Amino acid sequence: MSETTQQPILRVRGLKTSFRTDRGTVTAVDDVNFDVFPGETIGIVGESGCGKTVTSKTIMRLLPERNSIIDPSSEILFDNLNLATAPETEMRKVRGDRIAMIFQEPMTSLNPVFTIGWQLDEALKYHTKLDKKGRRDRAVEMLRLVEIPNPEQRYKEYPHQLSGGMRQRVMIAIALCCEPDILIADEPTTALDVTIQAQILALMADLKERLGTSILLITHDLGVVAQVCDRVIVMYAGRIIEQAPVSDLFKRPQHPYTKALLESIPKAGKRSEDGRLPTIKGIVPSLFELPKGCRFQDRCPFKEQKCVDIEPDLTAHAFDDRPVRCHFPRNQEVDLTTGATG
Amino acid sequence: MTAPATQELNSTETAEKAFVHAEGIHKRFPVHGGILNRVVANVHAVTDVSFSIARGETLGVVGESGCGKSTLGKMVIRLLEPTEGKVYLEGSEITGLDHKQMMSVRRRMQIIFQDPYSSLNPRLTVRGLLKEAIAFHNVVTPDKMESYIDELIATVGMRPESKDKFPHEFSGGQRQRLGIARALALKPEFIVADEPVSALDVSIQAQVLNLMKDLKEQLGLTMMFISHDLKVVEHFCDNVMVMYLGRVMEKIQSDRLREQAEHPYTRALLGSNPIDDPDERRPLTVLQGDVPSPLNPPPGCPFAGRCPEVQDRCRTEMPPLEMRVNGQAVACWARM
Repeated sequence: MSETTQQPILRVRGLKTSFRTDRGTVTAVDDVNFDVFPGETIGIVGESGCGKTVTSKTIMRLLPERNSIIDPSSEILFDNLNLATAPETEMRKVRGDRIAMIFQEPMTSLNPVFTIGWQLDEALKYHTKLDKKGRRDRAVEMLRLVEIPNPEQRYKEYPHQLSGGMRQRVMIAIALCCEPDILIADEPTTALDVTIQAQILALMADLKERLGTSILLITHDLGVVAQVCDRVIVMYAGRIIEQAPVSDLFKRPQHPYTKALLESIPKAGKRSEDGRLPTIKGIVPSLFELPKGCRFQDRCPFKEQKCVDIEPDLTAHAFDDRPVRCHFPRNQEVDLTTGATG
Repeated sequence: MTAPATQELNSTETAEKAFVHAEGIHKRFPVHGGILNRVVANVHAVTDVSFSIARGETLGVVGESGCGKSTLGKMVIRLLEPTEGKVYLEGSEITGLDHKQMMSVRRRMQIIFQDPYSSLNPRLTVRGLLKEAIAFHNVVTPDKMESYIDELIATVGMRPESKDKFPHEFSGGQRQRLGIARALALKPEFIVADEPVSALDVSIQAQVLNLMKDLKEQLGLTMMFISHDLKVVEHFCDNVMVMYLGRVMEKIQSDRLREQAEHPYTRALLGSNPIDDPDERRPLTVLQGDVPSPLNPPPGCPFAGRCPEVQDRCRTEMPPLEMRVNGQAVACWARM
């Protein structure tokens, strides 16, 4: 958990990533700051295009160098190394070994022409000093750890022979085989059915417990966040707009966007009186045409002149010590069973 | 707020009373193989499904991928031919109608697809898209065409200038609005909505659900709403039908779902959904294993292999869908 004097294992400061496009340079992620502490699960939530995936890929330096620019002032501090500027040779030692990543679509991130075993072996070959026999034993052990039935047999099989849930387990096995300090999971359950999602979430929680890995979970699903995260970062149009311990965020969302997002999900077993859901009007602004002031202003029901003129900073307000990027943050309890503010 | 519960009466009577009624429908897709390209196996996509939807009712169909819910939806409006079974619209059978006779029925039954990107012709403007369907079915006379298109666009909450744009110029939510406008263009009475909000962001999902709710009420639509998301179904539908590997496991009123659902699979689905409140965390229900292959479905209950309450009988014999009060029906030996 985060409320200790522990040192963060990863510090992200002033992260800014831009892309060169036909329409000019566009900044996808701007001024992102956060810490990851050992053993915690931190969620990054937001809708498509908010910058959550770009943030994670920047940390892993997986963005194509051809058209992406990580601003030189960005800092991604991990183990005395600034990952934002570290040379590729250094990155290779970190990537997969110290920080591992799993993706939304396991079929596209596994190589279809090699066996599961070969792919586990590849990771172990680069990052451990084990011999061939040792690597094989370790790989089978990893498959067993992620609860793949009959691991010796599966070791010899190809990705297409596995179901979606099993492929995601294999991805997790590959990611965890070098016992990384941090696991970045980018929408790991989005493509999966809910009963399989439950299996994967339970597995991740169990592995975190056993191996003490910190997890950076990127998702659009607030239910998943409520279920597994300790802390949450909410992103909107390339900015962090709110950051809080999970319970505080759900009980007292301060940014109007967070509040509206929570209200707009149908509540379990409840139908509102008129059968309608509270909505957020409009759509996310284009990153090419960002407004001068607050990026949420066009959709915000509490907009005032100040919001149009000045973009708010991510700062704590008088009534609380948690950061929110809003001039007029909310301070109301939300009843999670009905979604109503009281 | 709920429409009348699906009354399970004897079949002919139900077929007459219900607006849409399906009776014992099956869909098997043949699998060809070998050098003679013979049929070597069948994929049992939908097996023995019956249901009724009353006028103005919305029936939710839930289940995981491969449970046959989309196949079922397509069969109901005859985009796919059932291998066996009958579908009735207002008491008259539509399975077996020839192409010409289907024309007038098609106009009354429309579908909204999950993926608005691939269900709209990219080469046509919005006007072109809508005009195609309207002209084909002679919904309005040519001189009223423009005003009718304007009206449709306004109905789904889009700007009038949208009609000269192409589908790629819109966001996902806007495109789904177009999908809805296209379905409504023929003034249908029954709509199959196949995962209409699954590809959308949460804030947009709420907008589209509200729009569909309003339209349903204004136009008195009857709907079949296919989704994998229980919360959305509970919010939107009157009744729910839970499917697993092509079979109906349980039918229940949606406001009773969370408390009264009996089938172990329905309970597992409810239990594996993440909670809304981080302070109320409980371990998720974790089922072992995956959905079995529909290629050679196991004899007996398809859920037997993953069921926490499995009995010997479950592995050999499929339980019948047993009626309860309030239109609830459960197919489970452990709940007899």
